[in-house]
Amino acid sequence: MSLTKKDVAKVASLARIKMSDEKLEALVPQLSNIIGFVEQLAEVNTDNVEPLASVVDINLRLRPDEVTDGGYQKEILANAPETLEGYFVVPKVVE
Amino acid sequence: MTDLTNMTMAEALKGLENKDFTSVEITQAHIDAMAASKGLNAYITETPELALKQAAESDKRRAAGNAGELDGIPIAMKDIFCTKDVRTTAASGILHNFVPQYESTVSQKLLDAGAVTLGKANMDDCAMGSSNTTSHFGNVISPWKANDGNNADLVPGGSSGGSAAAVSARIAMAATGTDTGGSIRQPAAFCGLAGIKPTYGRCSRWGIVAFASSLDQAGAFGRNVEDAALLLQSMSGFDPKDSTSADLKVPDFAGALAGDVKGLKIGIPKEYRIDGIPEEISKLWDDGIAMLKDAGAEIVDVSLPHTKYALPTYYVIAPAEASSNLARYDGVKFGLRVDGDNLDSTYENTRAEGFGEEVIRRIMIGTYALSSGYYDAYYIKAQKVRRLIANDFTEAYKKCDALLTPTAPSAAFAIGENEDDPVKMYLNDVFTIPASLAGLPGMSVPGGLSAQGLPLGLQVIGRPWDEETVLRVGNALEKAVNFTAQPQSIGKIAA
Repeated sequence: MSLTKKDVAKVASLARIKMSDEKLEALVPQLSNIIGFVEQLAEVNTDNVEPLASVVDINLRLRPDEVTDGGYQKEILANAPETLEGYFVVPKVVE
Repeated sequence: MTDLTNMTMAEALKGLENKDFTSVEITQAHIDAMAASKGLNAYITETPELALKQAAESDKRRAAGNAGELDGIPIAMKDIFCTKDVRTTAASGILHNFVPQYESTVSQKLLDAGAVTLGKANMDDCAMGSSNTTSHFGNVISPWKANDGNNADLVPGGSSGGSAAAVSARIAMAATGTDTGGSIRQPAAFCGLAGIKPTYGRCSRWGIVAFASSLDQAGAFGRNVEDAALLLQSMSGFDPKDSTSADLKVPDFAGALAGDVKGLKIGIPKEYRIDGIPEEISKLWDDGIAMLKDAGAEIVDVSLPHTKYALPTYYVIAPAEASSNLARYDGVKFGLRVDGDNLDSTYENTRAEGFGEEVIRRIMIGTYALSSGYYDAYYIKAQKVRRLIANDFTEAYKKCDALLTPTAPSAAFAIGENEDDPVKMYLNDVFTIPASLAGLPGMSVPGGLSAQGLPLGLQVIGRPWDEETVLRVGNALEKAVNFTAQPQSIGKIAA
């Protein structure tokens, strides 16, 4: 399948990546090429095959619902680009 | 005098115990060698002061009789393991300034074993690449040169290219890596090293910058099989902080090397004889088969019928998981922020500037494969084919104990080659990806030199949780090959 520039622009928007017209143009053939390559999977008969999500044949573990760790406000904020009074700061969302 | 940067880890541990030298002396020798090898760009962040401090503490522990398994051994840490108070970038612009406030489980285990960390090894951007040419911090140059006289800079392989270049160039005694589709095995092959990716779940992923969570697995590089086994030993084990970490006893990996391969059944998958494979790779494989036969193994032909679909399966699943994992980089909580007029444009500007081209390409593929209307056709379909690929191995292991294949379809190539076409670059991992999809342990050991004098690797793939057989077969190959070649560029100060 061949992707259009419009398709690529939509994916870029879903992925929250700003893309110039030039970049979009460059990605159209590259992504089409990769998608074309993976489309050969269609020829494999997968009737009655369960999707494999994890190769680890174990059940997820449960533990008692107790607080075992925490209290790291300073550490969690240590790498934030902008903080104020213990919060992460982002551009104004609500006018 | 002993060459302090040209020993195996096992020899160094013995020398430390015999008081032939101290960890401070070995560590200083490596720091000097690193300074002389800056041109390889194997490290993103060097930590000489920290290393010397750790080495001095190690010497004290050893004097007091409290030495750990790897006490005093200077290693390189792939810059994908979060290290407390030491910048961790995953070679990406998006994390260029990230200083973790915690230690990854694997790196903590190595600290607990007494290892000395020389620095954070360069790699491909977010571990995406097969040549270490996508790093935000510049290409890693292989210490090896072809004998064709044109002196071109070669790739060390990827994504753990800095780790492999460092161990090969004698500017680290061993190194950690991570392997999602071949990122330990392929660089080990290109740099003439032993490199092992254990069974998925053997090492904790906690604190490793995530690429594709159902595939990512930590592993080890050494200049021989024993060193890789020793390093892996200290990295492995159950961790309640990783839900996919296996609650299983870790076997004695180095101890497994004492056994031989007599009577072992080694499977040769016919589908790996792909069209267009260079003659010298076929010969390498045939030589490896003959060596194992001579060592007493039984060679059996096996079939892995879905092999040709492994690469396209991987290039749906890995980018899909990556697009989800990398959604966390939003310029708010950590890492790069590029301000925009509003929150959405801040996200978009940050991510456009922070991610390199290959990462953006994979996020785009993954986002597309997971998007409404395509999810079943691509993602679910790939997960189904993944099961068929895993089933192929289960069937094959009814007839054999381990598989032998080449590691990569070529020797190291020049920087800049294979860059015109992403799919062509992806073909580098054609032999390593199937085992990754099945979560199996795999190892590359040097099998010989190409006509151009460059290392070629042989891959051993084992049953789940059977790293011991993989290491034993690797060890048998190592003995038979007797690989003694060293790269041209070794980080040694002229005496």
